[in-house]
Amino acid sequence: MRLSTVDLACHRGGRDVFAALSFAVASGEVLAVTGRNGAGKSSLLRTIAGLVRIAGGKLTLEGGDPELTIAEQAHYLGHQDALKPALSVAENLKFWAGFLGSEPADTASADTGSALATVGLAELAELPAAYLSAGQRRRLSIARLLVVKRPIWLLDEPTSTLDAASQDRLAGLMRAHLTEGGMILAATHSALGLPASRELRLDDIRATAPATAEAAS
Amino acid sequence: MSALAAILVRDMRIAIRVGGGALMGVLFFLVVVTLVPFALGPDLPLLKRIGPAILWLAALLASLLALDRLFATDHEDGSLDLILMGRAPLELVVAAKGLAHWLTTGLPLIIAAPLVGLLLNLDAAAGAALVVTLLVGTPALTFIGLIGAAIAVTLRRGGLLLAVIVLPLTVPVLIFGVAAANAATVGPVPFGTPFTILCALTLASLVVGPFAAAAALRQEME
Repeated sequence: MRLSTVDLACHRGGRDVFAALSFAVASGEVLAVTGRNGAGKSSLLRTIAGLVRIAGGKLTLEGGDPELTIAEQAHYLGHQDALKPALSVAENLKFWAGFLGSEPADTASADTGSALATVGLAELAELPAAYLSAGQRRRLSIARLLVVKRPIWLLDEPTSTLDAASQDRLAGLMRAHLTEGGMILAATHSALGLPASRELRLDDIRATAPATAEAAS
Repeated sequence: MSALAAILVRDMRIAIRVGGGALMGVLFFLVVVTLVPFALGPDLPLLKRIGPAILWLAALLASLLALDRLFATDHEDGSLDLILMGRAPLELVVAAKGLAHWLTTGLPLIIAAPLVGLLLNLDAAAGAALVVTLLVGTPALTFIGLIGAAIAVTLRRGGLLLAVIVLPLTVPVLIFGVAAANAATVGPVPFGTPFTILCALTLASLVVGPFAAAAALRQEME
C-alpha cells in the first residue's frame, strides 16, 4: 500500500497554505510532518483525511480497498478529542467502535476493554469523560485507533499533553501498527521515538516551489 | 446499519442525561401552555377554540430548543470530522440524529399534550385529534429544523439564526397541523383534508431535510 501526492496544493481562507507538495509513504513507513506554526501541517493531514478540499494536484492510494475513499481507510487524531462529557469512558469508545467499525457490536465491546487497558484507562472505564484530564482524554482518543483497524493513521501532534510514559506507550503502539503494515503521517514538533522516521519539512515549500520533499534519514 | 444505531443510541443517551435537551423541551412546553390561561383569563369557550393552536405553537418552539446544538456540539468537539470520515452515508447519519432528536424531544411533547390540553379546556376528542396531528407533524418540524441546524453549525451563537431560518419553513406544517386539529372538533372541513396534506408535508421533509442538511454540513466543513 502506498499513499502518494503529486503537486498537492491547499488553499484555505483566501491564501495558499502550501503548493506543489509531492511525497510518498508506503506501508510500514512513518512520515513526520514538521514546520513552524502555521506552515500547514494540520491542513495537510486534514486534506488527506478528506476534510479540506484539494485545491490542486493529486492524492492517490495504491493497494488500498478500491471500494473505499482514502478518508474511509484513515484514522484522524486531531487537536479535538471527539469525546462527549456526558458519556462514560467506555461508552465514548464503544460509540466510535460501533460507528467507525464494520464488525457487530459484541466483538467490538470485547475489543474496547483491551484497548482501554492498553492505553491505561481500564480502571476509569465507568467514569464520565467530563472528569478526565487532558492527557487522559488524548489517551482515550488513541484507544479509538486500536478498536477499529484502519491502515492509515493521520496524527496531529499526537504527543502533546501526554506524559513521558504515555509517549513511550504511544511509540510502542505506532511501532506495532507499522509492523502490521500500516502507515503513519504525524504532524509533530518533538521526536516521535521511532527509529526510522522520514521528515517532511513544510517551511520551505512555499518559498521554493516546486519543491520535492526528500527523505531526511 | 450498526453505525446508524450507534449514532441513535449515543444521541439519545446524551439527551436524557443531565444537561441534555430532552427534559428541557417538555418543561418549556408545559410552562408556555400554562401561561396562556393566566394571560387570557378564565374564558373557557375561548380557550377551547384556541387550544390546539396554542399547543401547536408551544410544540413548535419547544422542538426548536435543543435543535441548535444538534450539530454544533459535534462540530466543536471534533466528532463531526470523524463522522464525515465514517463509512455511513452522511445523509443517513443526519437522519439518525434527527430521529434521536424527535424521540427525545418530540415524543415526550406528544405524550404530555393531552394532559396539558386539560389546562386549555380540551375534551377527549379534541385531545385525541391533537395527539394524532402532533404525532404526524412534529417529525416534519425536526427534519426541517435539521437544515437550519446544519447551516448554523459553525456559528458560536447560531440559535437565533436557526429560528429565523427554520420558523418560516415550518409555517405550512403549522397551518395544516392546527387546521386538522380544529377540523376534528369544530369543522368546517372534514379532518381528512388538512391531515392528508400534513402527512404529505412530513413525508417531503423526511426526504428533503437529511439531504439538504448533509449538503450544508459538507459545504461548511471545507
